[in-house]
Amino acid sequence: MRCFIGIDLGSTTTKAVAIDENQNVIGRGITNSRSNYDTAATVAKTEALLNGRFYLFRQALSNTNALNGSLNGFLEQLERDFRSEQYIEQLADLDETCRRNLQTAHFGAATGQVGEALAEVFRQLQQEAPSLFAPGAKRKSDFFRDIAGSQYLAIGETVAKESGTRYDFLLNLFDRSIIEVENRVYADSVRRHLLAALERTFAALPETAARRAQVEAPIKGVLDTELEETYVVGTGYGRARLPFSKEHIRSEILCHGLGAHVMYPKTATVLDIGGQDTKAIQVDPNGIVESFQMNDRCAAGCGRYLGYIADEMNMGLHELGPMAMKSTKAIRINSTCTVFAGAELRDRLALGDKREDIMAGLHRAIILRAMSILARSGGIRDQFTFTGGVAKNEAAVKALTELVFENYGQLQINIDPDSIYTGALGAATFAQRAVMDEGKTAEAKEEATA
Amino acid sequence: MNAVVPMPESRKAKPVAIKDDAMNLQKELINRNYRELAEARQAGRKVSATFVPGNLNELLMCFDFARSLPETNALQNGMRKKSGKFIMDAERDGHSEDVCTYVKADLGMMMGGEIGPTGDPMPRPDVLLLSYTGCFTFMKWFELIRHKYDIPTLMLHVPYQSQGKIDPNMRQYVVKQLKETIIPGLEKISGVKFDIDRLRQYMKESAKAEEDLVSVLQSAKKRPSPIDGYFGAVYYIGPIFTAFRGTPEATHYYSTLRAEIEQRIREGKGPVTPEGDMGEEKYRLIVEGPPNWTSFRDFWKMFYDEGAVVVSSTYSKVGGLYDFGFRHDPDNPLESLADYCLGCYTNLNLPSRIDMICKYIEEYEADGLLINSVKSCNSFSAGQLLILREVEKRTGKPAAFIETDLVDPRYFSAANVKNRLESYFQMVKQKRTTGIGANVKPVFPIAQV
Repeated sequence: MRCFIGIDLGSTTTKAVAIDENQNVIGRGITNSRSNYDTAATVAKTEALLNGRFYLFRQALSNTNALNGSLNGFLEQLERDFRSEQYIEQLADLDETCRRNLQTAHFGAATGQVGEALAEVFRQLQQEAPSLFAPGAKRKSDFFRDIAGSQYLAIGETVAKESGTRYDFLLNLFDRSIIEVENRVYADSVRRHLLAALERTFAALPETAARRAQVEAPIKGVLDTELEETYVVGTGYGRARLPFSKEHIRSEILCHGLGAHVMYPKTATVLDIGGQDTKAIQVDPNGIVESFQMNDRCAAGCGRYLGYIADEMNMGLHELGPMAMKSTKAIRINSTCTVFAGAELRDRLALGDKREDIMAGLHRAIILRAMSILARSGGIRDQFTFTGGVAKNEAAVKALTELVFENYGQLQINIDPDSIYTGALGAATFAQRAVMDEGKTAEAKEEATA
Repeated sequence: MNAVVPMPESRKAKPVAIKDDAMNLQKELINRNYRELAEARQAGRKVSATFVPGNLNELLMCFDFARSLPETNALQNGMRKKSGKFIMDAERDGHSEDVCTYVKADLGMMMGGEIGPTGDPMPRPDVLLLSYTGCFTFMKWFELIRHKYDIPTLMLHVPYQSQGKIDPNMRQYVVKQLKETIIPGLEKISGVKFDIDRLRQYMKESAKAEEDLVSVLQSAKKRPSPIDGYFGAVYYIGPIFTAFRGTPEATHYYSTLRAEIEQRIREGKGPVTPEGDMGEEKYRLIVEGPPNWTSFRDFWKMFYDEGAVVVSSTYSKVGGLYDFGFRHDPDNPLESLADYCLGCYTNLNLPSRIDMICKYIEEYEADGLLINSVKSCNSFSAGQLLILREVEKRTGKPAAFIETDLVDPRYFSAANVKNRLESYFQMVKQKRTTGIGANVKPVFPIAQV
């Protein structure tokens, strides 16, 4: 089937969305942008197409009624098993890479001992792998680097202590190897992993195994369907890195404008707070960008500001919003400058203010900055759509809702749970239109890399 | 003793910019003025320093002054990548980060031994002629220079065109100052008696050159435009806005330029860029605001790589507005000097600036307006967002906003500027290809404004 793909190469994460000829979103994929945009783009695209397979599984299986009532449970199990397969393959790769790097690591006489410790670490990692993907298991991140990294560090520390090996030798090996591993693409193994995962799922859910034939046929049917990359459009700061011509590149402004329009056709104003910049976009009733404004010269009031605050407070980025929500007192933070905010934060702490109140003030400071950019772009009009990573932060949303009401009155504010994919969705829509409306054909996609 | 190891010469060849004959001629003229300034003392000539917008070049020539223009010095230093150090030096001397970078580049150059952009020494001026329009920082700038050199300052106060027209009183006020203060002052300092016929003669030359300049700038109404009315125009306006207006050399330069452009029109060629003739003309823009001088070529490249040509700009009118009919008039020399000062772009009020841009969009069939807002110039930048909104409203054409600086290399963020420019070009294209906006009529018919 024909697929139209949008890839948004952001500064921190790379997102991909695949849509079909009728503009239905069939899959979404996300990965960390890492040091290598090429890999990030490929991984995100692979993930989106994989997600698309699951979408098609669902369609095919619900048509056959083979899993009446237990379809959701089955697909969830299948996905966990698939992730587990994928994880084990990457873990084996990491194991091998660590061993290879041990040979050139100059650990001297300790080399043998480190090798034994390393083998023990990986034995335990493999042993624990299935539990990571068990039903109900919580993961802080879906990126291999994060999952394997935290396990490796925890296990490595104990193993090093018990075997009398230096822990920093083990760390050194991990650091040298993880970049290699995360920059490899495993696209070819998707089918193999899915088939292996299917076996595991039948084992885990014996009642479905009884209907094996009815379940297997539609799944294999989907696996045999080629998901053709009919047309790809790229956007984001890394867009210049994508291996295709200018025709296939759109600016983030246009993609966010159109993406927001696709999600909410009545959108008039769009605010996107991304990692590196804040954009206020005005779109017409057809999703065409009418005007836009961006923050100037510095990342003041962008997603990075929150990242910096999280570092200052020694907290996770995702903990900031919930903490700010507990605030009971309004505190004004005037610095939207990333660096000065740190000073203001420390000053407030020294004055005895509570962390949650300070957090609420910081969130408000970001949004105040965004309000100024919105005003410059022509103000906020109904309906107003908030996109980008910061739209997931409830404290930011709260501050925005209040300030929009104070300044512009009662307006409809749209926030989609998948708002992080807005840019990629816009890009995918451009790809779909290029072919369906303008009759463009895909050029040799990998031309530039060949 | 340690041996001194010389730094290896950079092996990377400097990119060679392609220039047409008129551009080379322009460069020669500018360089020649720096040589004249350097040799002024030996030649027994006095030196004047004055500003570009609304300058009195013809009048200064009547007193045999060698003419230095500190703004031009700063921008020439910017283009030659020398301004960064000067600005840092001036900041070390106590000037704030947020102050006009032309001022700091100039003061830094003085601190660094007064060597001008071409490597020729810059002489100490004998008189500062402050005929500033629109910018109050200029007044402080000359105060600083006066303080440093202890030299006389002549101030010509040019009233602001708050009503959007030149009132006869305003003209008389400027003429009175010319007669009672400026001319006697210049006579005293130079020791040369004022001869009004000499002034008339220079003005005749000015008017000829002005006629040719207007023809060149308006050639951008053609498709494809044979010139770039912003990046190219800053070369074209060099001689006439500085020390050469009124000289036969400038007249020759502009007739040569005009012939060259007419040739391009006959050949159906687009503008010359540093990398040769521009390719297909995809976007026609109007630009408001000065260019960034320190990354001038990179900035320009962002336009021509995308097929964007600037058909007209307000910056190419800062030193004098000729395309709506003004010419220096030998029959009324002092009155026309007054009108010239009063009518330059920086002396216009916001509604006049908006009208001018809307007219350009209509007459040059432009796709929209781009504003380059200058970080260190509050004077020029104030009101630019209002201009943007109003122009969008009246013309129905999209506008965009970018921010850089004049000569401070620290304030040009290439990724940021490029991102916005590309977004803008794509926005224009999208509006055009979908036909949306094509039939949008201006909210107010421009002719009635």
